[in-house]
Amino acid sequence: MGTLWFWIVASMLAAYVVLDGYDLGVGVLYLFVAKTEPERQQALRSIGPVWDGNEVWLLAAGGTLFFAFPLLYASAFSGFYLPLMIVLWLLILRGVSVELRGHSQDTLMHTFFDGLFFFSSALLAIFFGAALANVVRGVPIGKDDYFFLPLWTDGRTGHLPGILDWYTVTGGVLAFIALALHGSLYLALKTEGELEQRSIAWARRVWPAVLVLTAVSLPATVLARPGSLENYRTHPIAFLAPLAVIAGLAIIPFALRKGANLAAFLGSCLYLAAMLAGAAAGLHPVLLPSIGGQGQDITIARALAGPHTLQVGLVWWSFGILLAILYFCIVNWLFRGKVSQHSDGYGH
Amino acid sequence: MDILTLHRLHFAFTITFHYLFPQLTMGLALLIVVMKTLALKTGNERYDISARFWARIFAVNFLLGVVTGIPMEFQFGTNWSEFSRRTGGVIGMPLAMEGIFSFFLESAFLGLFLFGEKRLPRWGHWAAAFLVFLGSWISGFFIIVANAWMQHPVAYQLLPNGIFEVGSFWGLLANPWAWLEYAHNMSGAVITGAFVMSAVGALYLLQRRDEEYGRLFLKLGVIVGLISCITQIFPTGDLHGKYMAKNQPAAVAGMEGLFHSEKGAPIILMGQPDMENQTIDNPLVVNKVLSFLIYGTTSAEVQGLDQIPRDQWPSALPLLFYSYHIMAGLGTYFVALMALAGFLLWRGKLYSARWLLWPILLSFPLPYIANTAGWMTAEIGRQPWLVYGLIRTSQGYSTHIGVGTSLFTLLGFLGMYSMLSILWIVLVYKFIQTGPAAPHHDVSGFNVTAA
Repeated sequence: MGTLWFWIVASMLAAYVVLDGYDLGVGVLYLFVAKTEPERQQALRSIGPVWDGNEVWLLAAGGTLFFAFPLLYASAFSGFYLPLMIVLWLLILRGVSVELRGHSQDTLMHTFFDGLFFFSSALLAIFFGAALANVVRGVPIGKDDYFFLPLWTDGRTGHLPGILDWYTVTGGVLAFIALALHGSLYLALKTEGELEQRSIAWARRVWPAVLVLTAVSLPATVLARPGSLENYRTHPIAFLAPLAVIAGLAIIPFALRKGANLAAFLGSCLYLAAMLAGAAAGLHPVLLPSIGGQGQDITIARALAGPHTLQVGLVWWSFGILLAILYFCIVNWLFRGKVSQHSDGYGH
Repeated sequence: MDILTLHRLHFAFTITFHYLFPQLTMGLALLIVVMKTLALKTGNERYDISARFWARIFAVNFLLGVVTGIPMEFQFGTNWSEFSRRTGGVIGMPLAMEGIFSFFLESAFLGLFLFGEKRLPRWGHWAAAFLVFLGSWISGFFIIVANAWMQHPVAYQLLPNGIFEVGSFWGLLANPWAWLEYAHNMSGAVITGAFVMSAVGALYLLQRRDEEYGRLFLKLGVIVGLISCITQIFPTGDLHGKYMAKNQPAAVAGMEGLFHSEKGAPIILMGQPDMENQTIDNPLVVNKVLSFLIYGTTSAEVQGLDQIPRDQWPSALPLLFYSYHIMAGLGTYFVALMALAGFLLWRGKLYSARWLLWPILLSFPLPYIANTAGWMTAEIGRQPWLVYGLIRTSQGYSTHIGVGTSLFTLLGFLGMYSMLSILWIVLVYKFIQTGPAAPHHDVSGFNVTAA
């Protein structure tokens, strides 16, 4: 039961990263690929009807985590207090900037909200990457199962790391670059004209950086947490994850050369999901590793909610997630195809 | 300031600000469905134009509801970690269900409702509006299930490691407290929506512009407003109050300012609680009414605070007393205002009754105050408990967060939300000034962004 819920939460987080990842990625690249006002509107219209729904995956995953693993929710959320609050502020700023840009006619205001959209999207991408890296590296959990991390210490990963050290910053940069690639492939898929061409050019430019940083992330992870490959030794099936990472990355340049933008975007989806699956496979059955030797790892067994909660949860969760997938299909089918360069594409 | 107070202020401020938006969107969602239904039935384009106008206001409020709502879920973990650890297995469930059953529905169909009118058949667009309404009302239900469990815990089991789990899924959802609270709360949200709509209608008539829409908004707002103001008091408020008197006598005694148990207890319409002498200063009372309201007879004994151990008294008693009285006083005023407006509407005189259009316009902030005061009554009345009778508020917070850190983020939210308030006022004012009839091409065709 615990392992099942572990994978449920992990796959919801993966859905979040894959889906909200592309609109965050659009934000990261937005200033560079979309130069003119019609192009910027085209880029925003491509995420307009969906970005809010994508963000719901974060809330739904958070809620599921809350009831399935209350101890993890309590410990991790309070331990990462300050960065989480900053993430909340960035989410507010980002939502507001997308919305308000659409309601203002002034070019100066457009410039301001464009800047805010880029700034908040870019920092969110970095924070999410760093957050995942913090979980993989582990945190100094105390005897009472709680911890409190400073934002930074001396930059090293030893017994007293900060939220930002060399390893988590690497994770943040990787997430930033990977989401930029993801966003550019989404734009290549959903837009047309010069914007599409420029997005493809950016995807080609960013791709090698993703490749290099991904390759670096493996030895870096082993350095940051030496035990992180243990599961791979005992369960070779876990190697499917890195294989999928490689496959996903490899698809992208071939697909782009053939003009198969959908395949390229799906390759990027596979890459992101497989990276997360790889991290999750390395952690299981630990949810949050403890470093420093004071407290214990927070494991599935220790954090799991009561059995009855989880049994009934499984029933409604399966039903609810099918509905969510159904809505997702309806929306994406209705807004299928490219966003036109002309402004009457969507809307009334 | 101590850390517990800061955590409480943090939650109180962010939730109070957050709830300004959902109360309007839940009420407006219903009104928009009514307009879309009328448009479908009559074929009159004016209803479609009105629905589009209110959809723009809805979208901005919905967005602000979303971005201020995300911090609410996170704060259970960040600021109330002990509470989350022990009760996540129960209240985490309705919160997760809200995300899965409501937010996916709302966000998917709000996108369709705002962006898809050209891509959908007329009935399809009606359905999108209806599903947005359904999603927002389901969302309210799950949140209230979570809150009702804190007010009146049912259907739980305590596990050996000190954490709670759901004992019965249907028992949790069928908590009588939840249904009473839900009915009362949703009726309150409809009041906000109806008052805002009538106020915009009254404004247009007073300004002598967009008058056909002004009349439409005013008529719909007054009819729906009158119905919801009545249901707010009877049956929802009445039943909720009676149930509360049975299950949270301390809260009711505090709300009513009843320091001493009394047979034939009076109702105190106004006054100021004097905590030292345990009396009400300058009271304006009507004898025996409280006994009648709670028990249906004028002679019944109502439990006063003297029968309750001091350490279980609501900790901010005067504030509880005032919140409740502000809520109830405004509720009474709403009925009077809407009854008068409804009467004139029936006589065909409302649209030219400028003396009444003024108070209708000026009353739009009052339902926000009444709803906020109502929630303060519920939440302050629950104190000193976090989960009534099970966990005290002082046992639920994150102990390892420093005072400075918590103050820092509280100030951050204060600043952020001040900015949001300004943007909200500017935008909604702009929409109202532009009016429903003007051709709407937000920024060269980039229409209302999905919230």
